[in-house]
Amino acid sequence: MASSTPISTLHGIVAEFDDPNALVAATAKAHAEGYRAMDAYAPFPIEELHHAIGAPPSKLPMIVLIGGVIGCIAGFSLESWANAVAYPLNVAGKPFIAWPMFIPVTFECTILGAALSAVFGMLALNGLPHPYHPIFNHPRFAAASTDKFFLCIEARDPKFSLDRTHAFLQTLGSREVTTVED
Amino acid sequence: MADSVQAIPEARGGPALVPVIAPGHSFATVTQKITEVVLRKDTPLGWFLALAPSLAIAGALATALTYLVLTGIGIWGNNQPVGWAFDITNFVWWIGIGHAGTLISAILLLFRQQWRTSINRFAEAMTLAAVACAGIFPLMHTGRPWLAYWLLPYPSTMDLWPNFKSPLVWDVFAVSTYLTVSALFWFTGLIPDLATLRDSSKSKVGRRIYGLLAMGWRNSAYHWQHYEIAYLLLAGLSTPLVVSVHSVVSFDFAVSVLPGWHTTIFPPYFVAGAIYSGFAMVLTLMIPLRAAYGMQDFITMRHIENMAKVMLATGLIVGYGYSLEAFMAWYSGNKYETFMMWNRMTGPYWWSYALLILCNVVTPTFLWSKRVRTSVGALFVISIIVNIGMWLERFVIVVTSLHRDFLPSSWGRFQPTIWDFATYFGTIGMFMTLMLLFVRFLPMISIFEIRTLLPSAKVNQSPGHGH
Repeated sequence: MASSTPISTLHGIVAEFDDPNALVAATAKAHAEGYRAMDAYAPFPIEELHHAIGAPPSKLPMIVLIGGVIGCIAGFSLESWANAVAYPLNVAGKPFIAWPMFIPVTFECTILGAALSAVFGMLALNGLPHPYHPIFNHPRFAAASTDKFFLCIEARDPKFSLDRTHAFLQTLGSREVTTVED
Repeated sequence: MADSVQAIPEARGGPALVPVIAPGHSFATVTQKITEVVLRKDTPLGWFLALAPSLAIAGALATALTYLVLTGIGIWGNNQPVGWAFDITNFVWWIGIGHAGTLISAILLLFRQQWRTSINRFAEAMTLAAVACAGIFPLMHTGRPWLAYWLLPYPSTMDLWPNFKSPLVWDVFAVSTYLTVSALFWFTGLIPDLATLRDSSKSKVGRRIYGLLAMGWRNSAYHWQHYEIAYLLLAGLSTPLVVSVHSVVSFDFAVSVLPGWHTTIFPPYFVAGAIYSGFAMVLTLMIPLRAAYGMQDFITMRHIENMAKVMLATGLIVGYGYSLEAFMAWYSGNKYETFMMWNRMTGPYWWSYALLILCNVVTPTFLWSKRVRTSVGALFVISIIVNIGMWLERFVIVVTSLHRDFLPSSWGRFQPTIWDFATYFGTIGMFMTLMLLFVRFLPMISIFEIRTLLPSAKVNQSPGHGH
């Protein structure tokens, strides 16, 4: 191309599909073609799509496990420290650290730690809140939250070429292929 | 897994089930049908007609609480020996109602019960509103609610720490965790639908507010991947949580030594009772709403009948709990236990026990009949009777056990005052107000989950490469 400016402001090329089968097939083909910097958009979760796009296994389960363990340890430590060190309290002659009686609060803290890390971990892994994203410049993108399916091959992919990628997307049986600016 | 579950009705060769979603819907029509309730400009008159009495009753709550804070809990009928009366009855009643929301959204998700999808959002909102109502009672019962933060462990200038061996402190942790996790679960479920509202709203303010709440959700495959895991894990975490919360609530009673409270059947029997009353409340609210908003396509007779079946099953467990309480009172040979049960059945509050058996044990037997289970009118009436019965159950447990314990010289009676009733009915007004606001401003049915139930959402081929 004559100037590098238009390419640098290009976000990617977007193909629009009418049904989930076409999107999964197209995503798998694009992956087989060697494209990696791409994203697929669907109005509901499609398990096959995660596989087709080649997404690595999510780190979220590990984050939640760590959150739960931290909650568990924090809960039990708080109880033991508060009732044995900070304010030793003799209740009916029970030991200061009467661990069976500490289980309910330990359990609730475990759940709380795990649930907080599930939600905030999910948001962090998804990069949310994320108020601006170039894909929203696509004129019909609002339909991605209703009944349309989109595949975007991004300009940052090493294999990306305006003409060849455009032509490739047109072979996938899409409804329409559009370029999206950054 | 989901496929095999879907195939079961046909494979059995039994009578065809009513589908969980009426035929003829597409992604666009389900979206349009559910969002239009929220996005329409003109609010239906019926909504205002429902809101006005709800707000008025909630006003009674505001009045009662203001008077309470200015005066003290002496305005209630609580006394010695009945130190816990309407407030704890109402607390347990509301918490129990909330439990159906978590059961529907979490446990039924883990069991892959597809029919949960149409009702989970609404039931979760009901959980939040119910827990908010429940929280008012122990908070106000402290007498000085502005010092309620003393319940929490924090380094105070008094150098005091809570006694973690007390079930009341467990309750603080259980209920506040439950409220937090329920709110997170509900909001997480809402994020994709908020994005739908952002994209479908015609008004600038609507796009702004829903857009802000959706936080830039863009339905990306990567988003959905993490999202689904988070949602499933939250369901897995909420399931033991909901069981623990009502078990801890029952420990408030069971860990004491009072006859009528000190019993090991309490945790399972409280959890079953909670689900029983919760499903009754979902039916009480859902039956009129479904008609008012024409949601019969999504909340079909299959949903209504399944909820009736859950009520029947949990009602039987509750009935078993009552009979075991009576049996143990006799079998233990403990004269205080025996007296407690005899007093409960024939003492000054005999009417509450008789009504409780009538409401909770006799009424649900009608649910054995399929004709009753598929009649919305009959179910509406039964659900209200069950709600009354479950309130009476807690009243019986709290008041009849307390008013005559070991020493006849310390016996007494409890007489509710007008403020007891104003506070109780006031929370019902607050609950209705919150639910009406929810129905008006947020999608009452989970749109993205309904989309996955449509036949066109099924992806047939496997992806082109391994992983």
